[in-house]
Amino acid sequence: MSIASAEKSIGAITFDDVRVGQLIVAVAAAIALLRFQLPDFLVRPPDWLVWPFADWINFVFVFLKDDLGFIHVTRSIASVVEWFLDVTGNLLYGRNRWPRIGPLPWTTVAVTAAVIGYALNGWRLSLLCGGTFVWIALMGQWKWAMETLSVIVVAAPVSAILGVVLGIAAWRRKTVEKILNPLLNIAQSLPHFAYMIPVVVFIGVGPKAGAIVTMIFAMPPMIRMTLLGMKKVPPEIVESGKMCGSSSWQLLRHVRVPTARTEILLGVNQVIMQCLAMVVLASFIGMPGLGQKLLQLLQALKIGRSLEIGITIVLIAVMLDRCSKAWVVKQPKHFERGTPWHVRYRILVAWAALAVATFALSLLWPLADEIPRRHALTVSKEADLLVDWFVRLVDPLTQWLRGFLIRFVFIPMRDAYLWLPFISVLAFWAGLGWMVGKWRSALVCLGYFGLIAMSGWWDRAMITAYMITFSVFIAVALGLPLGIWASRSERRARFVLLVCDTAQTFPSFIYLIPVVMLFGVNDVAAIGAVITFALVPFTRYTIEGLKDTPPELVEASSMSGASAWQQLWKVRFPMALPTIAVGFNQTIMFSLFMVIIAAFIGTQDLGQEMQKALSSTDVGKGLVLGLCVAFMGLMADHLIIRWSDSRKKALGLE
Amino acid sequence: MQSPESAISCRQAWKLFGSDPRKYLASISSQHTYTDISGDGYIAAVRDVSLDINQGEMLVIMGLSGSGKSTLVRCLSRLIDVTGGSVFVEGQDLAELSERDLIELRRSKMGMVFQSFGLLPYRTVLENVAFPLEMRGQDRHARRERAMEVIKLVGLDGREDYFPRELSGGQQQRVGIARSLAIEPDIWFLDEPFSALDPLIRREMQDEFLRLQEMLAKSIVFITHDFDEALRLADRIAIMKDGAVEQCDTPDKIVLSPATEYVAKFTEDVDKARVVHARVLAMPIGEDDATGAPVDGDRTVRELARQLLEETREKIPVADRHGELIGAIRRSEALNVLFGGEK
Repeated sequence: MSIASAEKSIGAITFDDVRVGQLIVAVAAAIALLRFQLPDFLVRPPDWLVWPFADWINFVFVFLKDDLGFIHVTRSIASVVEWFLDVTGNLLYGRNRWPRIGPLPWTTVAVTAAVIGYALNGWRLSLLCGGTFVWIALMGQWKWAMETLSVIVVAAPVSAILGVVLGIAAWRRKTVEKILNPLLNIAQSLPHFAYMIPVVVFIGVGPKAGAIVTMIFAMPPMIRMTLLGMKKVPPEIVESGKMCGSSSWQLLRHVRVPTARTEILLGVNQVIMQCLAMVVLASFIGMPGLGQKLLQLLQALKIGRSLEIGITIVLIAVMLDRCSKAWVVKQPKHFERGTPWHVRYRILVAWAALAVATFALSLLWPLADEIPRRHALTVSKEADLLVDWFVRLVDPLTQWLRGFLIRFVFIPMRDAYLWLPFISVLAFWAGLGWMVGKWRSALVCLGYFGLIAMSGWWDRAMITAYMITFSVFIAVALGLPLGIWASRSERRARFVLLVCDTAQTFPSFIYLIPVVMLFGVNDVAAIGAVITFALVPFTRYTIEGLKDTPPELVEASSMSGASAWQQLWKVRFPMALPTIAVGFNQTIMFSLFMVIIAAFIGTQDLGQEMQKALSSTDVGKGLVLGLCVAFMGLMADHLIIRWSDSRKKALGLE
Repeated sequence: MQSPESAISCRQAWKLFGSDPRKYLASISSQHTYTDISGDGYIAAVRDVSLDINQGEMLVIMGLSGSGKSTLVRCLSRLIDVTGGSVFVEGQDLAELSERDLIELRRSKMGMVFQSFGLLPYRTVLENVAFPLEMRGQDRHARRERAMEVIKLVGLDGREDYFPRELSGGQQQRVGIARSLAIEPDIWFLDEPFSALDPLIRREMQDEFLRLQEMLAKSIVFITHDFDEALRLADRIAIMKDGAVEQCDTPDKIVLSPATEYVAKFTEDVDKARVVHARVLAMPIGEDDATGAPVDGDRTVRELARQLLEETREKIPVADRHGELIGAIRRSEALNVLFGGEK
């Protein structure tokens, strides 16, 4: 009794609210069963409900672009960006622009990377960094990789600086935060392609468009992390700064920002990884480099060569991730007094010596300067053979799986989703909303899905929804046992978490290579990629949730005589459920992102329409489609996070 | 307004937290208790406090957690603004200072030490100590020179290139102390400076602190929740409860005659003989009574214990540090302090 009243007082969901929610869900099911008796306007969104959002958006964009002359602003921003790209392009791959000293010899770039790796975290990182560039050079991918990196080198710092500035603005002014917050929510759930179309309209295609879309895409996490870091600065440090007589600018510059260093650098890490993911995808808007090569090779089904490029992208991803994370945890260390400068700056000295040496070497020996294609190694023939052999080996299985899935799962499932009256789908989500957060959440869910119905893309959205449902279901079915298995021992957990962490750094594009290899270009491959991609966060959160059960609870249950199995189901699992729910949420988000990317290997959902919008640069359509995807994600996010938070509160975990 | 010799004086200071504290404060009288106020949805962190800190005096503000002592010290340094009443620092009303003047005041007159040190993690000891000097725009060389001086003063020379995380807790607080002294402040705030340290180190830091105070003679506001620490360090102690000062007096007076029951509870377990000085027990001398060699008024009853036991005189004359007679103590009364006499 007292517990119930206590729960009521903190506004928790009571039994009655769950009842109301269940009732609404039951009504939804009843409506679905009565489909054939329903009038048409309750089955498909009727015409009067579909609003021409796309036209309105296009109108606004044309107004901005032509009438307000916004395009001149964007073009001049683009030319500034282009100037920077020219500089990095000249240094890295010899673009014929100022300062006209490049391209740097590959050996110089490689030793520079190795020295940075060493400075950040010692020999192992140094080997990874140097090794990555040696691999790139040896495999004859130097130019493409440098095209990609030259954009990241420009986009990541710009994105990070703008992110920090906006983050600080949001921290200083509550109104800025209030405006930014919903925008960031949408921005972080918009699929990559939705960003590209406006950029194409305002900037055009090519490297500068790729760089700019990358900057915009990578900024939101930086804003978030900066805001978080600024809020987390301990009040005593701020007070001590004030009592030292700092003015408010000094306080910001010398006290708050340096103290928020960890969060800001974590933001930088996310910016870099987002940049890489986007720059690879920007090949769709004519960004040259590794992404474009991979896209061409995949479309031509040249598996061996695309594997080579895939490995390069993965190596770059892991290298960038490890380096930026090492930077986060790097702590300053003092030198004893009287340490001579060449010891203090020994890394700098070593770098200078190595750079000069490699420069000299490249003058004497052309292969140290550049490895031309004909001297480059390739394992593509061998890889192709191996892949062929393997594909042929598993062919009976994949053939069968493909046939089975398409005939007995995908088609029936898709038809079922399309068969559902839209009114009953809306009622279903509203019911779920009511269960987690009463009428407020019910309205939120209704709003998100209602807008999808009004967008005119209901059928496409339902196809996306079925692909997400299936992928998430399989990802959970695989991830849960894997997570439980891994969490049983410390060593296994560490290993699987390492694999998950590494896999999470790969740009999403990479996941397409193995599935195209196994299944070819079709729905099964697309869903396969989605599942693989979505499996990672789910496994990760499952392990973390199960591992972090408070030890005294585990000990108490052991002393109560619980068997390992009982302990898992009665103690660990319920305690881990809120965390697992967060993983589930990410699984849905990841699936949405991937399902749209996978569109280009053949799906009929929102993603395919998005591709069409991209190739016809239809901003309105592209944004409406993007928002449909975002709204699905945001609704799932709302439902799951609300549930998880109230559950955590009830369990006293926070 | 303010007596000339006081460094800080605080007149009917109030600090309320809540939706519209100023308006609410205007509507209540000073008779409102803590519970009355919290019943109205406000938290009275500081309630009608009037205090004076004299030049060169160490005032210790003692109270349990939530008693408002940290809020009070933040009002005195204007890290937060008072809701009502006023705080004068060397004659200036703090509330009337502009942001610029306030910064100027902190750059020239105030130093503060924090419980969790408040050191900047990415600056070396030297850079941390030089930070206030940097803020007021001193050049690098002068900064370094002065910082090294105070680093030496707190006994950290040789560690100036270390980063805070490379130091122990006690050493980190020495850095905090050095930093607060770098600008040679007249007023020194210490907010539970030793509470985060373990007992042995705390004791050592207290000794160190007394040594520094002997040398520097600043006006000090020292916050603590530890009654023993307060007794050991204070010239005067202000005991706070629920935002108000229960009693403000010298340690001797507080243990001899606690003003309220709350204060009495703190003094119950204290060995009074270690706190009470002979000069406090001294009463005016009549014509005949006190004869013979006087005792030193600055010694505690405990320090005089042996003499008191062996003494044959009932009244013993007391002299101050210059040898002037200031009065006489009654032996029986002193023995009562020593052994805890009947109440």
